Amino acid sequence: MNKKNNRSGSGNNRKSDLLEESLINPSRRNLLKGVGLVGAAAVSTIATSHVIAADSANMNSNSNAIAPREALEALTAEEAETLAAICDCLIPSDEHGPGAREARAVHYIDKSLASHNSGARYNYSVGLNAINEFARKTRGKSFTELLLDQQNSILLAVQTNKVSGFIPNGSGFFNMLRSHTIDGTFCDPYYGGNQDFVGWDMLRYPGIRLGASEADVSAGASLPPNHQSAYDHSTYTKLADNSLTDTEGGNGYA
Amino acid sequence: MPKRLAKTDVVIVGMGAAGGVAALPLTNAGLKVIGLEAGGWLSPRDFAPDELRNESRNWPQSVQKAASEAPTVRATASDTAIQGGHPMMNAVGGTTMHYWAQSWRLNPWDFKVVSETKKRYGESRIPEDTTVEDWPFGYEELEPYYDKIEYTVGISGQAGNVQGKKNTAGNIFEGERKREYPMKPLRSSPFTDLMGNAAESLGWNPFQGPAAITTELFDGRPPCQYHGFCNKGGCHVKAKSSTAFTVIPKAVDTGNLEVVTFARVTRIVTDDSGRVTGVDYIKGSETFFQPADVVLLASYAYENVRLLQLSTSRAFPNGLANNAGQVGKHYMTHHQGAPVTALFDRDLHNWYGLPAQGVAIDEWADDNFDHSDLDFIGGANLWVHTDRKPMSAAKMSTFDETRNWGSDWKAFIMKNADRTNSSYIQKTTLPYEGNYLDLDPVVKDPLGFPVTRITARYRDNEKRIAAFSQEKMEQWYLEAGAIKIVKYGLGNVMGATTHAYGGTRMGLNSETNVVDEWGFAHEVPNLGILGASVMGSSGSRNPTLTVQALSWRTAEYLANNWRSIAG
Ligand SMILES: Cc1cc2nc3c(=O)[nH]c(=O)nc-3n(C[C@H](O)[C@H](O)[C@H](O)COP(=O)(O)OP(=O)(O)OC[C@H]3O[C@@H](n4cnc5c(N)ncnc54)[C@H](O)[C@@H]3O)c2cc1C
Ligand code: SF4
Repeated sequence: MNKKNNRSGSGNNRKSDLLEESLINPSRRNLLKGVGLVGAAAVSTIATSHVIAADSANMNSNSNAIAPREALEALTAEEAETLAAICDCLIPSDEHGPGAREARAVHYIDKSLASHNSGARYNYSVGLNAINEFARKTRGKSFTELLLDQQNSILLAVQTNKVSGFIPNGSGFFNMLRSHTIDGTFCDPYYGGNQDFVGWDMLRYPGIRLGASEADVSAGASLPPNHQSAYDHSTYTKLADNSLTDTEGGNGYA
Repeated sequence: MPKRLAKTDVVIVGMGAAGGVAALPLTNAGLKVIGLEAGGWLSPRDFAPDELRNESRNWPQSVQKAASEAPTVRATASDTAIQGGHPMMNAVGGTTMHYWAQSWRLNPWDFKVVSETKKRYGESRIPEDTTVEDWPFGYEELEPYYDKIEYTVGISGQAGNVQGKKNTAGNIFEGERKREYPMKPLRSSPFTDLMGNAAESLGWNPFQGPAAITTELFDGRPPCQYHGFCNKGGCHVKAKSSTAFTVIPKAVDTGNLEVVTFARVTRIVTDDSGRVTGVDYIKGSETFFQPADVVLLASYAYENVRLLQLSTSRAFPNGLANNAGQVGKHYMTHHQGAPVTALFDRDLHNWYGLPAQGVAIDEWADDNFDHSDLDFIGGANLWVHTDRKPMSAAKMSTFDETRNWGSDWKAFIMKNADRTNSSYIQKTTLPYEGNYLDLDPVVKDPLGFPVTRITARYRDNEKRIAAFSQEKMEQWYLEAGAIKIVKYGLGNVMGATTHAYGGTRMGLNSETNVVDEWGFAHEVPNLGILGASVMGSSGSRNPTLTVQALSWRTAEYLANNWRSIAG
């Protein structure tokens, strides 16, 4: 029931920004790099007209495209926007390369709040709202409308417990959010984050392997990244044949 | 009324590290054994190389019984106890499914803390308030059982003392062993070589630690693939010598072991003469009574103690085997906290590796060094290991070089993700008056039974060891070229842990111990207790091999003395 209310409530949010965030093509996203969401808001009108075109474009998707039937599973549209702006501050897309945005950390967090992080769902509602209330009170605008520096200073205030209205408190909420943003940027892509392995590449992690030889270990970060999810190995999927279990993943992978 | 089942010779409560081992000597001797296990069977297919699943989702432990009955914790009797987490596994194989598999023998000193301390330093050096006693036997008594486990379960390692002949490639401080390990140790890595060389230049004796992990084809199981998802994950090739892949299938093959899964024991039943008659368990929505001549309790320290405390009866109004008031006493954990973390100026090549692939230093453990001018007894085993994963790498310490988010931080982790390492320092921990387990008066599990309440804190002896060992660790890292060091706090409260000891201590004196030197309850002749709950000292290394050696010994004793024990 809550969910439904949230959905219908999203009508008066700046829904277009969010669509823009997810539907905009990769090259445009690069253009926006470092500009923050202020820039994103400025082009939001383009996004609306973009919707229809993007819908069909996604059908024959390139690797970066978002699946057309992708819903917010836990967050409201406004919460997701606020969270996206926060994640952009935590792990920014900058001159060093992609960040939480390209990894789709928000997508991961949204899904996780409907599954293994469901215990934190309410804390997110309360915390994201507190951040927006503080932004409006001190800067007269919601968090997403502020400049990057202003956003950063608000987050610092939250992290150092200078803002109230959080569960259990500002730093507790911040630490959780930071931890989830990291999870969403560096987890197995199966969970909806670390899209296109941008997180693993960022750390020069050569990827999961079912076996690692001494040569692999010596090569370290110069080992070519294999860009595989755990679930690219059929052993661990629903489809695996039980009779294969002893041979799959055996010595052959060494 | 519980449904009464057909009687069996022995019921084992819990098919984990301890219970799984005990099943083999019993079934080999022809005894009929029923293993009641709260969890189910897992297979290699369940152990995907997935950090999020292992570390954040805590799959599958987070949805299990152990998690729903996590103990509450407080430092002293005047604090309010708060429920924490519980990382143990409910499955056939128990926590050996997802443990690190370090497989240590205790050192001889650990069996004789009191007498050795008195002999070398005098009575006054026994810390105030400690309730520590010597074990009822020495290391030599357990040696043949350590050997049995190493060769039956499958342990790899490098011996340091075979029949008195020391070998500096292994631990020269270990007790004398009959023979080498059945398998060579896990291989070294660029990082362990770096640390090993540094230790040598300090004049210390580094060595590869022992592991319940295969390094060659062993008993039909392939060697470790070093893929590095041991920590809180099971092994996809059965290289980890979990009891579910070793002793339990062997016991099943005898035809004498029946494993009943998803069977949750709620009570141990006694008659008026004070003998155990069997156990009650819940499976699905039904309750059963499983009669048995002998019951072996092997459900991990907290649950061992809780089941005794819950099983009150006319003969035992304060809980089973507790007429002397010793159940729950002499509780300890390992002081495992207070790590030291180092930053290096080059990649360490730790992306593929496992917690059991590491280098140990035993110079500062137990009584391996002179304590005359120190203000504590005991010590710490220093351990560094490979194993790095992206999520945890990104959560690394920033060593105060940047705040922990934003552009500078991103640049920092991009550079340093594989340049940091944290030590694992296990310290002697003693039992004290005022550190104990009882039933929580408020917090209940989903069945309505009170959970365990831990009341325990570290004392000066533990804190001094922590400070001392952190200095040694720092020295070691710096020698290896670390450019920055962080030392973490020493802590105070002894929370729920993977290394819980005591609560049903073993000893000759029935006034201060729950079980006798064979592991049978002083007050209940046909009740045996398996697990670290019987251990009277912690040592400064992981418990499981000792737990398993003790379990084998108790089970063998039972088989050899069946008539007198089963009555
Ligand atoms: C992540 C991790 C890493 C570890 N690493 C190491 C290591 O490197 N080296 C080491 O020595 N130790 C390690 N340990 C500790 C080690 O796992 C334990 O010492 C060991 O498993 C204890 O053996 P046990 O048989 O007492 O308990 P478990 O192995 O946990 O087995 C207890 C069994 O009893 C069952 N059970 C519990 N209650 C009931 C009930 N009421 N009815 C029926 N069944 C029940 C459980 O489901 C379980 O299967 C680690 C632990 C963890 C969590
Ligand atoms: S590192 Fe070795 S023992 Fe551990 S899970 Fe991988 S293959 Fe198995």
